Amino acid sequence: MAEIIIYKSIICLVVFVVSLGIAAYSTWWERKFAGLLQDRWGPSRAGVWGLLQPLADGGKMLFKEEIIPNVSNKFLFVLAPGLFIVTAIMAGVLIPWAPDVVINSTPYAMQVADVNVGVIFLLGVTSVGVYGIMIGGWASNNKYSLLGAIRASAQMISYELAMGIALIALIITAGGTLSFREIIAQQDAGFANIVWQPLGFIIFFVCALAETNRAPFDLAECETELVGGYHTEYSAFKLGLFLFAEYINMFVSSAVMAGFYFGGYNFPFASELYHAMGLETGSWIISLIGFGAYFTKTLIFISVFMWIRWTIPRFRYDQLMNLGWKALLPLSLLNLVITVVVEYFRGNIQF
Amino acid sequence: MLGYTITQWVFGILSFMAIMFALMVVFSRNPVNSVLYLVLTFFCIAGHYLIMNAQFLAVVHIAVYAGAIMVLFLFVIMLMNLNQDTEPQKTMISKIIAGVIGGLLLLVLVGALKGTDQLTTIQSGASKIGLVGNLGKVLFREFLFPFEIVSILLLSALVGAILIGKKDVK
Repeated sequence: MAEIIIYKSIICLVVFVVSLGIAAYSTWWERKFAGLLQDRWGPSRAGVWGLLQPLADGGKMLFKEEIIPNVSNKFLFVLAPGLFIVTAIMAGVLIPWAPDVVINSTPYAMQVADVNVGVIFLLGVTSVGVYGIMIGGWASNNKYSLLGAIRASAQMISYELAMGIALIALIITAGGTLSFREIIAQQDAGFANIVWQPLGFIIFFVCALAETNRAPFDLAECETELVGGYHTEYSAFKLGLFLFAEYINMFVSSAVMAGFYFGGYNFPFASELYHAMGLETGSWIISLIGFGAYFTKTLIFISVFMWIRWTIPRFRYDQLMNLGWKALLPLSLLNLVITVVVEYFRGNIQF
Repeated sequence: MLGYTITQWVFGILSFMAIMFALMVVFSRNPVNSVLYLVLTFFCIAGHYLIMNAQFLAVVHIAVYAGAIMVLFLFVIMLMNLNQDTEPQKTMISKIIAGVIGGLLLLVLVGALKGTDQLTTIQSGASKIGLVGNLGKVLFREFLFPFEIVSILLLSALVGAILIGKKDVK
């Protein structure tokens, strides 16, 4: 009992620290990437290649003057950024980062919690995440903030539907399991789910962009119309938490996509490679290689998110709603029907 | 601990919190706070489902009620921007009448409960019916027909809501 508590605490701590570290360095990579796309340097003063820039930014956020508007609801105003970042980190507990390590014939999962309704847990956590934005926007007592909050919540609710239906199709392909661990493990032999779910992946990807409030769907903080959107009145580290949570969301949804559709820690010819290296199942080297594969896929997805942000202009709000309700929702239903037919002929489901 | 198991302690604390937050929904003066307390109540009830080993129900409860329906509630209440200046104040008479009617309703409900059998406690942790696989099998084999009826009912409610919401019905 004591052993399992220690091991789970270590995993928790590692996931927490890595999420925050990746979020911090995503801000650096985003600037570098923007610089690359716009033919300029990006951050280059703090440290080699500007690598100390996230620390400088964090320090700046900490030491800035903190302003809480007089007329706002103070308790909710302070609560909102915390709530937002907690829900952002919570989704990360579901992800199995590497194959199990076997020590003294006891398997240790490289995952905080193997929830057997993991996919629905993910949907629940993302939908609860919108409270941080809504409460923050309302408690600021500012019309721009309120408009941003309302935009964010309407957008989240609209895109959750298509996302949920795309996930149902994925679950059918993955053999009817809701657990992250099993969905990733079943891609071990054969193809990754992307082969059977190309349309589902595209729908999920667009919805993930919308759910994380990333460009081209960042209508909630559209600076040309709403000053800063829901975080207009926030300053210092509370603003930092809001921005930080956005990057954590991006990291988690990248990891989810890499796991659900691209096999997670599996990669082509993995078992042949392990066999050639003479490794047994449960060796920590296999876990390390698997973790490397998963992490590389996740980082590639984060880069794709940034690539899209600096390439595609922002949608108008009616276009956003039309895309969600009139394009993605019917497409996801179509995808569900196609999936059922295909899986029936593959022999994975019987009536 | 005082003769109770951990599950009973958790149950007691969750129940206390659920009832307290439910009361706060009614007593808080700001409608936005009411909605937020209701969300907390839903989380406590999801905790109860977890004690009964109904993980699917707990998570769906949070995803649907706390995540979707209450967000819409909050959405509407924020847009209406209710506060003491704009809200019409009720007269004393209507407050007294509302109190009497509410009290009578409580009396009727308590009276109706009095004669009924006590619920037998479900052994927590032992029941496996709340796990998603078992629930799905029961729902789609034994109770398929009622399930479909419910979905048709929901569909018709949806169509009705859209019709009412439309400005110009032709």
